[in-house]
Amino acid sequence: MEKRIGLETSIAVAEAVGLCDADVVAAYPITPQTHIVEHLSELVADGKLEAAFVPVESEHSAMSVCCGTAATGARTFTATSSQGLALMHEIVFIASAMRLPIVMTVANRALSAPISIWNDHSDIMAERDVGWVQIFAENAQEALDLTIWAFRLAEDRRVSLPVMVNFDGFILTHTIEPVLMPDREMVQAFLPPFQPLQRLDVDNPITMGPVGIPDIYPETRYAHQQVLAAAYGPITETLEEFARHFGRSYYPVETYRADDAEILLVTMGALGQTAMEVVDARRRRGEKVGLVRLRLWRPFPFAALARVLDGARVVGVIDRAVSVGGPVGPVASEIKAAGYGASRQPPIMNFIVGLGGRDVPTDDFELMFDRLGQVAAGGRVGEPVFVGLRE
Amino acid sequence: MAQSAKPKWTELAPGAAIVEPASARQNRTGDWRSQRPVWEHEKCIRCGVCVAFCPEGCVHFGQQQEGLPSADLEYCKGCGICAHECPTACISMVEEEE
Repeated sequence: MEKRIGLETSIAVAEAVGLCDADVVAAYPITPQTHIVEHLSELVADGKLEAAFVPVESEHSAMSVCCGTAATGARTFTATSSQGLALMHEIVFIASAMRLPIVMTVANRALSAPISIWNDHSDIMAERDVGWVQIFAENAQEALDLTIWAFRLAEDRRVSLPVMVNFDGFILTHTIEPVLMPDREMVQAFLPPFQPLQRLDVDNPITMGPVGIPDIYPETRYAHQQVLAAAYGPITETLEEFARHFGRSYYPVETYRADDAEILLVTMGALGQTAMEVVDARRRRGEKVGLVRLRLWRPFPFAALARVLDGARVVGVIDRAVSVGGPVGPVASEIKAAGYGASRQPPIMNFIVGLGGRDVPTDDFELMFDRLGQVAAGGRVGEPVFVGLRE
Repeated sequence: MAQSAKPKWTELAPGAAIVEPASARQNRTGDWRSQRPVWEHEKCIRCGVCVAFCPEGCVHFGQQQEGLPSADLEYCKGCGICAHECPTACISMVEEEE
């Protein structure tokens, strides 16, 4: 049974981890992720979650502990943000390359300098190539649901890879929203006990994370690439199974009023919620605009995205991070590359918005749709547009 | 993985784990040696210092001749420690030609 309650998104995520009966939580508090870890430590201290809570001295240690415990077959969770994720970086690669099904929530936040505790996607974009499954939530319910789902997918023996669930710092972490909170029975019916592919066991010794001499290393990287790409099937299957259990459907790429749209805007994360309101307003004015919400970032949903973008006269892509010295923002760069060589690719215009917590009001979306309208009428795409920049 | 020293990517255990104990023996790690130890057995007093000092544990008695030490060249790295430590200086390091 599900109960409808008002809950801060961070608490909802922590409760979800509790419902999943995590065995180990190893984490270091960092704004704006702190409430997740605080609440989990309370659940453990109050005896509501039978888990080892490891209060480590840094994020580097947090991910190191997670690798160790996941390798023994313990269901392992951590959460971080921004500088914490950056400090963790070295071990983040190791977790995936060793096929350890850790679940990590990332409360997306800008990177220093200058120091910013506020929301954008700079932290996660720097982790693009770490070999984890990476997915984005747009609201509290999605953050809760995708946390439960993340354990199921990570532990699927066809996958056995770590999963990052991203959600926007402050915009979601500190916002109270109504959520449907499932009970333990429902979660247990969806999430079977963790049966690791292989684990550290004194009776059957194996070596995990050995040296990969030049004769081995390229094969290990290719195997990692193949298993992450092949995770796409299990991702859609387990999302469908989630829908059967909980009645809420999620897809690698989701759309809003996009079917006959001539102008499409691509968002990732919480901005999708504001964008939908602007799409509604423009539709009322008779404009053929629609929204594409990119939920799955790794493995990149090439085919699903191509199907959705096909037929649009112009596509706008929102980036919440800058690829300094690069061509366009990281999401636009990916989408352009994915479509390169296709028989036809609509012009792609890049908007860089909401850096370091700068508000993105509906007016900004109006401006973006205006600019896309000009391109649809034959205007030039030009350089990425920093929306709202004082120049 | 145990069957071949150079497995295909499909033959690797998940995460390139080593799932068979002692399988490192199958890796011939002596192939990057640039010098090899050669014993002058007439001068050898069979003290075993070369056996004790070999950091790879690849010098043993009786591998080639009964009662006499020699190096297992499939693992010997050619470090020369045995030659340096030998009290009768009966081991010389010889350049690998090929």
